[in-house]
Amino acid sequence: MESPEVTAMGALCPPGSTVIRLKELYKAFDNLVVLDGVSLDIRARECLVVMGPSGTGKSVLLKHIVGLLKPDRGEVYFHGQRIDRFNERELEAIRIRFGVLFQGGALFDSMNVFDNIAFPMREHTDHSASAIRDIVSQKLAMVGLDGAQDKMPGELSGGMRKRVALARAIALDPEVVLYDEPTTGLDPIRSDVINELILKLNDELHVTSVVVTHDMTSAFKVADRMVMLNNGKVVADGKPDEIRACKLEEVCRFVQGKATAEELLAIRQAKRNDTAPE
Amino acid sequence: MVAKLGELGLFCLESVGQYVRFVLAIFSWTVRGPGAFARRQMLIQMYEIGVMSIPVVMITGAFIGAVLAIEAYPQFQAIGMESRIGSIINVSVVKQIGPVLTAVMLAGRVGGALTAELGTMRVTEQIDALRAMASDPVRVLAVPRFLACMLMMPALTVFSDAMGMFGGWYISVHMLGVNSYDYWEYSRSALDLYTINIGFIKAIFFGGAIASIACYKGFNCGSGAQGVGRACTEAFVLSFVIILVTNFFLAMLLNTLYMIIWPNSGSIFG
Repeated sequence: MESPEVTAMGALCPPGSTVIRLKELYKAFDNLVVLDGVSLDIRARECLVVMGPSGTGKSVLLKHIVGLLKPDRGEVYFHGQRIDRFNERELEAIRIRFGVLFQGGALFDSMNVFDNIAFPMREHTDHSASAIRDIVSQKLAMVGLDGAQDKMPGELSGGMRKRVALARAIALDPEVVLYDEPTTGLDPIRSDVINELILKLNDELHVTSVVVTHDMTSAFKVADRMVMLNNGKVVADGKPDEIRACKLEEVCRFVQGKATAEELLAIRQAKRNDTAPE
Repeated sequence: MVAKLGELGLFCLESVGQYVRFVLAIFSWTVRGPGAFARRQMLIQMYEIGVMSIPVVMITGAFIGAVLAIEAYPQFQAIGMESRIGSIINVSVVKQIGPVLTAVMLAGRVGGALTAELGTMRVTEQIDALRAMASDPVRVLAVPRFLACMLMMPALTVFSDAMGMFGGWYISVHMLGVNSYDYWEYSRSALDLYTINIGFIKAIFFGGAIASIACYKGFNCGSGAQGVGRACTEAFVLSFVIILVTNFFLAMLLNTLYMIIWPNSGSIFG
């Protein structure tokens, strides 16, 4: 039985049903292939972590989900509706159901914290000024920053900026929240705060979360399911325990944070060459 | 070689097509109404673009009027018509130099700043964030800047024109000894409403060109600080070229129009 105060749209679809489906997605920039046939189902209310080395197309994948990038080939579905061929205006109706936390926060630096969070509400709702004030305060309280309304983004630390950006991303009570490297560049304690927030949103508001990260601590803490991308392909897909137990070398090395023997050898040799007398 | 030329041709065609689509999107949102946020932004931009540019436009306008007086005086004196110097100064300032100079100043002062601002927003994913929040960046960012620039250009041209007239008057009367009454009387007789409007029509076009080029370049800039820098340079150079090219074609068009409307009055220069 759902509690009546649940307002997020996530409450409307049954857990386990497919919300987002990516089918054979290909994307290349100039001659660099970033996504090479990625297929992925993202189910309602799950917290899916997409991990992988830098430059393997994790952020690009995320941008395809909300139509910020169009695939060269392949299909993107949202609730069974194919959206990759939508124009910008059609996509707006879909995007309003998403919240996106960008890597650097992407706060509007000409506006203070209050205006940043109020922006989507002023744009897409008929809320009165006092209702907006209340919601902003409530969202900021959720991320532990109530009272910071008048601050400018430039005055905030990296962690605070990300939390404000998260408050903005959830301002319209989205059904799906996409996180692009939510803990990158933060100290371990701040990272943990963000992890807790992701879990809280999943538990309390029943949002579907897609977290792109290469921070393994964060990944194992928040994930219901994990997917590993490498060279534009999905190389592993499973529950955190299954990923931990995975025997695939590239997955093991990534999870344990170990470079390959060749990479280490290359670095050692380069160092020796540097110090060698001419 | 041929393939390279073809590639370049295609690239140019694609860029022009994208720019035209961008401008059409601006017009489309202007007609449909860009919303409350954009309207508030427009007022802020009108202040930034318009009010803040007044001093620089006035200073340059005054000196252009002054230099015109210095250069034109010997020519007029040679044929004994120095009392008519006001007419040439004012026609030049109102029809050509006022709007063109204001546009060039605005392209430098505002065009570069707009490109840098929007380019930085793109590089820091703020434009993607807007799109992700289901707000069209063209509506929210480009429309207010475009309208502000287009509306403020004629207003700034008034300041530039006025100071040009004043600069010309000051030098002619106080340094070159032209009679003040003659200066203003010949200025008045040389300027009809159509001539004055030519300046304003040009100004509106220049304002639209500066803002649309600056916004387009900002929205499509490359990555990093280098990308933003390059976009600013390109926006300024392109604006400058477009201002001068548009000026030529508008002058031709508006003069032809004048002769069609008033066929018996001869050339507008007559």
